[in-house]
Amino acid sequence: MQRLPVWADVVLIPVMSLIAAFLFSALVILYIGENPWEALKLMVDGALGSAYGWGYTLYYATNFMFTGLAVSVAFRASLFNIGGEGQAMLGGLGVAVVALALPWPHWTLALPAAMLGAVVFGAAWAAIPAWLQARRGSHIVITTMMFNFIGAAVLNYVLVNVLRPPTSMDPATARFPAGAHLPTLHELPLIGGIFDRNTPANISLFIALAACVAVWALLFRTRLGYEIRAFGKSESAAVYAGISPFRITMYVMLISGGLSGMMAINNVMGEAERLVLNAVEGAGFIGIAVALMGRNHPFGVFLAALLFGFLYQGGAELGLWTSIPIELRIVVQALVILFTGALDNMMRMLVERAFATARRRAA
Amino acid sequence: MDLQTLLQVLDSGVRLGTPLLLACLAGLFSERAGVFDIGLEGKMLLAAFFAGAVAFLTGSAWLGLLAGIAGSMSLALVHGLASITFRGNQLISGVAINFLASGLTVLIGQNWFHLGGRTPPLKGAARFESITLPGADALAGVPVLGPIYHDLISGHTVLVYIAFAAVPLTWWVLFRTRFGLRLRAVGENPAAVDTAGVSVVRLRFTAVLLAGVLCGIAGAYLATSAPSAGFGKEMTAGKGFIALAALIFAKWRPWTALGATMLFGLLEAVSIRFQNIGVGLFVVPVQFMQALPYILTVVILAGFVGKATPPRAGGEAYVKER
Repeated sequence: MQRLPVWADVVLIPVMSLIAAFLFSALVILYIGENPWEALKLMVDGALGSAYGWGYTLYYATNFMFTGLAVSVAFRASLFNIGGEGQAMLGGLGVAVVALALPWPHWTLALPAAMLGAVVFGAAWAAIPAWLQARRGSHIVITTMMFNFIGAAVLNYVLVNVLRPPTSMDPATARFPAGAHLPTLHELPLIGGIFDRNTPANISLFIALAACVAVWALLFRTRLGYEIRAFGKSESAAVYAGISPFRITMYVMLISGGLSGMMAINNVMGEAERLVLNAVEGAGFIGIAVALMGRNHPFGVFLAALLFGFLYQGGAELGLWTSIPIELRIVVQALVILFTGALDNMMRMLVERAFATARRRAA
Repeated sequence: MDLQTLLQVLDSGVRLGTPLLLACLAGLFSERAGVFDIGLEGKMLLAAFFAGAVAFLTGSAWLGLLAGIAGSMSLALVHGLASITFRGNQLISGVAINFLASGLTVLIGQNWFHLGGRTPPLKGAARFESITLPGADALAGVPVLGPIYHDLISGHTVLVYIAFAAVPLTWWVLFRTRFGLRLRAVGENPAAVDTAGVSVVRLRFTAVLLAGVLCGIAGAYLATSAPSAGFGKEMTAGKGFIALAALIFAKWRPWTALGATMLFGLLEAVSIRFQNIGVGLFVVPVQFMQALPYILTVVILAGFVGKATPPRAGGEAYVKER
């Protein structure tokens, strides 16, 4: 087996997987009697064709950048954090607790505090499975999955019994104070004019972009990042080099949980401005697809998050204007995970065979 | 609490535990052969949809059951292809299968029935009705034992009895047949099985497809076994994950799987019936009861109370030496 050129590994295989996922989705659309080409045009138009559309696309993409980075960091250490959903839920709780604690005078004060709340709660929710994996050998996939459900129960309990205003029947917190309102992209000076007033995209987008850069720097420019990647490639080699598996597992999962939790500044603080039961809406799981698609590289995650943001907004438009249910997004998401994740070797074998044939021809 | 209430709760525990039991045994076959299966949920969901849809279209619950099994096995095949043939990540494949089922059931369901993902209600022969066991009515008058026989043991649908029969059958297959020995061996040390001249790929595919059959029955139970009457969107509602939790709780053994799934079914029955339970000084919130199966599983996994050790080769694709 010969090595593939880097571009084939980083660009060609993911793109082929994506095309395969789209082809299968097109078959599904054909089956339910719609025209896939028209559907794609409608999606592009709905997600990118107007200030309203790409306001939503960017809003979704912001969520997915956080959760995608969270899954990527863990993947780099060969840990599969499937608990992004629960960590983002708890992050939302952290944001709500902070936002409701004080009558915040201005968002510049509220945002850093809310970020801290989100990170602490999200990281704490990842810390228990991390500790159990590192010290007790419990399988992290199973424990993080269980913690999604436990997290949902905790959130349900807290919203119904603790944070719900006494006059309300709705399991949700009170509205956050006006001082905790994050500026939407429309409200920003200079660039505000190109965004629609009614879209939820907000200043968290820049935090997400900064997080991409920060994760890149962490992974590829620091000693800890090197240790994380070494640990992910080979645990025994890492131990031989003096890297502590306990330390790396804990750090990685704290960072991962914190990143998932950070999503809450976008959806809870930026959009809803109160905490509702189903605030995360599966974004934690989409992080898995985003990380796989983005090859666990922050820049790849950035691109994949934009792609999924497009898919989410475009899919919503399809649900609105055609007979294609909005759940098409879940099918596409599943196919992307299947082809870029589980069937990655299939694509690789195909590409390797093609390269071998080409080389033989050239020789 | 009087006997009547107790029996009602136990009975509802059996009803709720049955799909967990079937899915748990499905996971048992797959994971004992060294293939992790977190796609139980998705396989059950797709099976429930096809069982409900075909039962409605043909008017036969049995054809529905077959369709459910076929649907579940098609996903099992995808799982086998990804995780055995192409040696992909079994966990990622499972995640993909869950989402695939979640999306496809709504897309196809809406296209077929235009009911927002539901199937039309099932009546008559299109669903499995409860069976009264011989003598149940005659013996109902006998104190204590009569009601137990009449209310708890009798009066379930055939799928419940199939599920219970599957427990000794699974035990026998796994621990008393050559196939079972090989299946367990391939989950512990596939290289040894390969050296003995037995095909690792074929064994694992068989195990994964058996898991497909059992998940198919579990899904059909959800949609077509009375009092349920048809498929509803996302009707598995995390049952596949509870079954997975039960599998770990049961330490990958069939008889303990029966105990674990019935316990989790009972917990659900209790939380439905009593909501918040007052225990002397404080009240146990309903959310705690709902989370209890997951909490128990984490405790077991952590090895604080007994140690759950998964099959040693679980989760790893087998690469033949060249």
